[in-house]
Amino acid sequence: MSRQRVVVAMSGGVDSAVAAARAVDAGHDVTGVHLALSRNPGTYRSGSRGCCTIEDANDARRAADVLGIPFYVWDLSARFHDDVVEDFKGEYLAGRTPNPCLRCNEKIKFAAMLDRALGLGFDALATGHYATLREAPDGSVELHRAVDHGKDQSYVLGVLTQEQLRHALFPLGDTPKPEVRREAAERGLLVADKPDSHDICFVADGDTGGWLKDKLGAGSGTFVDHASGEVLGTHDGSFAFTVGQRRGLRIDRPAPDGRPRYVLSIEPVSQTVTVGPREELTVDRLEGIRPRWCGNAPEEPLEGTVQLRAHGEEHRARVSVVGEQVTVELHDPARGIAPGQSAVVYDGTRVVGSCTIASTARVCVGSTAP
Amino acid sequence: MSDHPTVYLDHAATTPMVDVAFEALTARLRVVGNASSLHGSGRDARRVVEESRERIARALGARPGEVVLTSGGTEADNLAVKGLFWCRRDQDPGRVRILASAVEHHAVLDALEWLAEREGAKVELIGVDARGRLDVDELRARIEADPGSVALVSVMWANNEVGTVQPVDEVVAIASAHGIPVHSDAVQAVGAVPVDFGASGLDALSLTAHKLGGPYGVGALVVRRDLALVPLLHGGGQERQVRSGTLDVPAVAAFAAAVEHAVKEQADHAARLSELRDDLVTRVLELVPDARVNGDPERRLPGYAHLSFPGCEGDSLLMLLDHQGIECSTGSACSAGVPQPSHVLLAMGRDEAEARSSLRFTLGRTTDPSDIDALVTAIGPAVERARAANR
Ligand SMILES: Cc1ncc(COP(=O)(O)O)c(C=O)c1O
Repeated sequence: MSRQRVVVAMSGGVDSAVAAARAVDAGHDVTGVHLALSRNPGTYRSGSRGCCTIEDANDARRAADVLGIPFYVWDLSARFHDDVVEDFKGEYLAGRTPNPCLRCNEKIKFAAMLDRALGLGFDALATGHYATLREAPDGSVELHRAVDHGKDQSYVLGVLTQEQLRHALFPLGDTPKPEVRREAAERGLLVADKPDSHDICFVADGDTGGWLKDKLGAGSGTFVDHASGEVLGTHDGSFAFTVGQRRGLRIDRPAPDGRPRYVLSIEPVSQTVTVGPREELTVDRLEGIRPRWCGNAPEEPLEGTVQLRAHGEEHRARVSVVGEQVTVELHDPARGIAPGQSAVVYDGTRVVGSCTIASTARVCVGSTAP
Repeated sequence: MSDHPTVYLDHAATTPMVDVAFEALTARLRVVGNASSLHGSGRDARRVVEESRERIARALGARPGEVVLTSGGTEADNLAVKGLFWCRRDQDPGRVRILASAVEHHAVLDALEWLAEREGAKVELIGVDARGRLDVDELRARIEADPGSVALVSVMWANNEVGTVQPVDEVVAIASAHGIPVHSDAVQAVGAVPVDFGASGLDALSLTAHKLGGPYGVGALVVRRDLALVPLLHGGGQERQVRSGTLDVPAVAAFAAAVEHAVKEQADHAARLSELRDDLVTRVLELVPDARVNGDPERRLPGYAHLSFPGCEGDSLLMLLDHQGIECSTGSACSAGVPQPSHVLLAMGRDEAEARSSLRFTLGRTTDPSDIDALVTAIGPAVERARAANR
């Protein structure tokens, strides 16, 4: 590949540090950029876990210094607040369960950051995501799963369009994570032992329910039985619950058959939490909106797979697209799927695109009993 | 990694060391001797320290006993405002007000904020005009409202972002009429404009070696003997009990050499720098006519060119110039690595976008016309790019 001017998004974690190192080795003219995403760094997360804190910015700077590349901090906190944090709150208010990492890639890293980089004369944006890019025969760029399927992060990149992918570099896609850590240590990057970040970066202690309650205000509502419509008890705020949740419901009255109850759905306005038995969580049909295609939208119904969570399993599915509407018929039913989650569509290892789940349904009742 | 030769236009951040300082430093680096020891090596070290102190005092119109050696400007500022506040409040518990300009360096501002949070100080920041000059009338009014409650006044000699020289003489005249001590941070001023501690009537003045051709990590608070400054550092009782800690003899020697040199050369240096600076400003304005020069056009440090480029992020410009080996600053501090809009420009009445669109070029001893040429060549395309990136 020819020498490009590459900006690397350096979070302060081991992956982006090694991604930067590899971009340097590839002969590119590399600049490291750490995104400041919080107006009050340090308030988002106390321990250093891979983004958002002062220590993370310092770790990123130190790694850039070791590599001998220029390093800057770009303040995208206002954009992040509006496009990710507010979106997250709004989705919950509407009773949906969003994945803010996809939103961040769509609106911040590969939009605000990439646009600024291109404006400043850079050719490409590299990140430490585990995913691979391949050139298709027609010259377009395909996004594929990482070689290390256990670490694969193509799910959170399923929102990227062809235009964004054309300017992306994922130098880690061909490498298993332990090798990346080893390489970091060999290169003298002190972040080699740093733990991975997992949860939502702007929820300081990982307690999403508590964070939402804090931001959106507590409330109260009732638990309702899915079949009888009977009120089973009250709770102080529906934000603490997610579809599929079983623990922590604190309903005094046990189910007549003694079987555990699960959250089946949440109605945000009245804060009604509908509960019922596990098999009621099973769905085999999803309606999606807001599709984002990595290349062309599938014209014919596609027999492929979908992934419904960041580290979720693959479900065989038939995906049909009509304009902005996506219908996913799951051959392998899924359980505990909430509106707002993203469904990422794959054809083999290739990411076709994604959509936001608007509603779920169970069509083949008989076939889905556990 | 730049393929270009470095064009260093950030002398307000730090300066290259002058030969006399380098020689004084290296001559002593391997000589043993603690200036507090009683034996021959100790006496030898002490002689160097005391001679250095005398040379620094002479260059600044002070007495040797008034020079308290510190680890630099930050410590000198902290010692001045905290030490003066504590001693004045001890004398009279009603003295809790501190008046300072809104454009002080963070070494003063953050120390004041700490005193307000932890020690019950009532800090009042006095505004500046559009050129960055202190509103002397406001200062007078606030002092005269209740002079007995004022512990101290702190107004910098010259601002480190836009270079505006403050009316320290007027400040002293107002405060001393009420017996209120005045501190001035002269870190950027010494060697750039004439600074005479004795003639100024100041009670305390901060300076640091690395901004005037000396080494890092050494500086001084020049402070009148009759002020019972409360120390920050306790220990071996060095520096007349005000600042404990074993002195860095080579650095002190180099500091003295640098101060002496800077003060001796000040007039020629200033004349040369202002000519180069004016050339820089004129030529940049020709290429970017809507750029705006910040600071006081008359009373400004000679090596300072602080410019706002409408429609640009200063950070973007800095990065684009850095990529070509041209080194400057946005002038403002980072908070936790995040560039903040400059409190100085905000105090001068600029909005956030304007404050963020600025760059500070500061010239120094090693600057020559080719540096200006390099900047002039690069600035037009950089501004165009930064504007495009901002849209
Ligand atoms: C006006 C002013 N005061 C204080 C300081 C701090 O001095 P030092 O770097 O020696 O701690 C600086 C330098 O950044 C300065 O410009």
